[in-house]
Amino acid sequence: MADPPRILRVNGDRRPVRSAPGRPLLEVLREELDLTGTKYGCGEGECGACTVLVAGLPVRSCQVRLGEVGDRDVTTVEGLARDGALSPVQRAFLEVGAFQCGFCTPGMLVAATALLRAHPSPSRAEAADALEGNLCRCGGYGRILAAVARAAELAREEGREP
Amino acid sequence: MIVDDYRPPRPWDRTPVRERGYFDLLGPGVVAVVAGRPAAPPGAGGWHPPTGGAWIHVGEEGIVTAFTGKVEVGQGTHAALIRAVALDLGVPARSVRLVMGDTDLCPWDLGTFGSRSMPDALPPLRAAARALREEIDRRPGRSDRPSDLGARVRGLRTILELPPAAEGEPAPPPPPGPAATVADDPTVVTGARRYGSDLRPDGVLEGRVLRAPTYGARLDSVDTAPARALPGVVVVEEDGFVGVAADDRRDAAAALEAIRARWTAVPAPDEAGIEEYLRTHPLDGDHWDAAAEADGDLPAAWDRSAVRLTATYRTDYIAHVPLEPRAAVARWDGNRLSVWLGTQTPFRARDDVARGLGIPVDDVRIRVPPTGAGFGGKHGGAVALEAARLARAAGRPVRVRYSREEEFRFGYLRPLSLVDVRAGADAAGALTAWEFENVNGGAAALGSPYRSRAHRLENRLARSPLPQGSYRSLAAVANNFAREGAIDELAVLLGRDPVAFRAANLDDLRLRRVLETAAARAGWDRPLGGDGRGRGIAIGREKDGRIATVAEVTVAPDRRVRVDRIVTVFEAGRVVDPDRLARQVEGATVMGLGGALFESIAFDPGAIRNPHLARYRVPRFSDLPEIVVELLDLPDQAPAGGGETPIIAVAPAIANALYAAGGVRLRRLPLLPTGRLPRPPAGPSGPG
Ligand code: FES
Ligand code: FES
Repeated sequence: MADPPRILRVNGDRRPVRSAPGRPLLEVLREELDLTGTKYGCGEGECGACTVLVAGLPVRSCQVRLGEVGDRDVTTVEGLARDGALSPVQRAFLEVGAFQCGFCTPGMLVAATALLRAHPSPSRAEAADALEGNLCRCGGYGRILAAVARAAELAREEGREP
Repeated sequence: MIVDDYRPPRPWDRTPVRERGYFDLLGPGVVAVVAGRPAAPPGAGGWHPPTGGAWIHVGEEGIVTAFTGKVEVGQGTHAALIRAVALDLGVPARSVRLVMGDTDLCPWDLGTFGSRSMPDALPPLRAAARALREEIDRRPGRSDRPSDLGARVRGLRTILELPPAAEGEPAPPPPPGPAATVADDPTVVTGARRYGSDLRPDGVLEGRVLRAPTYGARLDSVDTAPARALPGVVVVEEDGFVGVAADDRRDAAAALEAIRARWTAVPAPDEAGIEEYLRTHPLDGDHWDAAAEADGDLPAAWDRSAVRLTATYRTDYIAHVPLEPRAAVARWDGNRLSVWLGTQTPFRARDDVARGLGIPVDDVRIRVPPTGAGFGGKHGGAVALEAARLARAAGRPVRVRYSREEEFRFGYLRPLSLVDVRAGADAAGALTAWEFENVNGGAAALGSPYRSRAHRLENRLARSPLPQGSYRSLAAVANNFAREGAIDELAVLLGRDPVAFRAANLDDLRLRRVLETAAARAGWDRPLGGDGRGRGIAIGREKDGRIATVAEVTVAPDRRVRVDRIVTVFEAGRVVDPDRLARQVEGATVMGLGGALFESIAFDPGAIRNPHLARYRVPRFSDLPEIVVELLDLPDQAPAGGGETPIIAVAPAIANALYAAGGVRLRRLPLLPTGRLPRPPAGPSGPG
């Protein structure tokens, strides 16, 4: 870990990081930058709890190495709210009560945000398909889909980015 | 958190009431302390474990702080209990906070399992809230505004000591207004919520533990010198425990790799031999210490039987797979220890840790941070003890976080169950003989809700070669799967409608109502259109809740199966928080789907073969059927727990639907390990 610090662009900030380029992005976020909203659920690309956006696209941060991120923007769940205001997706999850233990929620929020930015009005089947790689062991899938639909509605009504 | 900097000299549950520092922590005001209750004597109907009571403080700012030994691991009782306290006190839910599972401050509790949160915690909390309301109403300045509540306790240091609350409910609560709704915690969606695995006290080290390659393997020799030679690595070797801690998880992993250990495996069966093994290995010694219960004249009952069934139903070992694997953070302050631990049994963990370390219980504090679910899989304090040992040697805080693979391999599993059923019915459709024996699964829901002329129940606890323990509803899934499958088989043998056959043999009117409501809700009397479609029903009674589930499935020409719709009607007495209860029922349905269709632990002797999510499939979005939930509210019945019972009818309803759709009777969970329904055996087939 004697590498010189590099700059990671996270949630609109430029953060110096010292981790080796081979270290998974998930660990860099959680261990070095203390952005613990992004969760470890398996470390093997199978649960989606670690989902973040890199250049706007959802990725499993446990499967992406720091060196692969380069100077692209990383958005974690902590970066979804703007100026202290929750995003439509965040508000919809609260409104619908789309969680129980809440441990899958950050990954779900990020994946749903990516979906709605690309497809502002997905059908239920399209939403389920886009979120297929995200597990909710508490079994909240029905409510999560309802929250995605509600978020699409909120974003439309308010003319905001989801 | 309010209690971060306060630590009493002894845990409050082990301190006389008058010496507890309620006012040191929370300022002046009034506290109501409801004493705990010993276990009800056996034979009192149902299971009544001891409880630790509850306490509630009302402070000068009008803030209400309630304490319970139960924990919240995603089941929603935090919200439901706040709602109940707020209603009885007549204050908005937002002025109530609830401290759960902190062993220094909360009433002792046996643990959060068995759907006991409502039955154990609600009566004492409600008793405390009602006593406070009465006390405060006697004071001048009556008003319902919480700020006024504070004004009326100003300068007081009053403790109301109350006897144990009676079981059940003291009186119906006032009707809920809008202010009774407990909002969800916004930090869940901002990412700011810190779960146990997110906590990082200053100077924390990462711990890793040396694991046996197979269960029960004996450590013959270990050489830790290569790990000790690494810079910045702490190595602990004590009482059979070997672990390391270092600044970084990777350094800790490297140190662990450097340790050389020799193990001797103990003999264990493989998958092919497991049934034989369990049937010949009683838990204690060499004979079955079976709890058997029998009534009526079985031979006579068999004589009257027009149809007879003999079948064995099996459920595989499955894993809980909480999305957050086990984690603990241990910190020593002098000779006193604090551990943040996601556990369902903080007080048992306190005892385990104190005993394991050889220190007084009073010096151990377990605190339960937000936890990424449990499902019965997070009992005890093994990971807390691991972190505490390492932290003691390191002189710094240590956290131990299991990898997903460790969570699979070093937690425990839902037991593999074998249920032998022998049952008969007479030509009029009445059950005659009912013999039901569970090997290794356990006693939950062993008793039948159906009337029969004679019955015999037996629960044979075996010595499992894989670690097993609690799981959402315990053996109730296995027992209900067997019972509701067998009842369906009898209905088929008699040519009777499965709903009518069940109803005719039930005396429990609450259960009958649930059954009939579910049938109506699912449109049982209307044929299901379409090729390869089928519908099945199952019911159950457990933990004083009643459940009926109807499943609708489609079997494609290639025998792939789709579960199209699940209709569940659930009754658990009075509904305290309809929204949280509905989440539990929906979630239990989805979880039940996994165990019903595809979840199964594969193993070699002493070792799980699929300890990875890529090889152990849990339900995903694409598995989601349409789910219809109806809650029946019985306002004059005490609330029963709701987290478990909604899982117990899912698998048998699906199995019965598959029989109706595809003519194949499946008696083993998971039902569809290959994803396809086998073809019916040649010869006269069942309904097509
Ligand atoms: S932690 Fe990355 S997919 Fe599970
Ligand atoms: S809410 Fe617990 S895993 Fe989704």
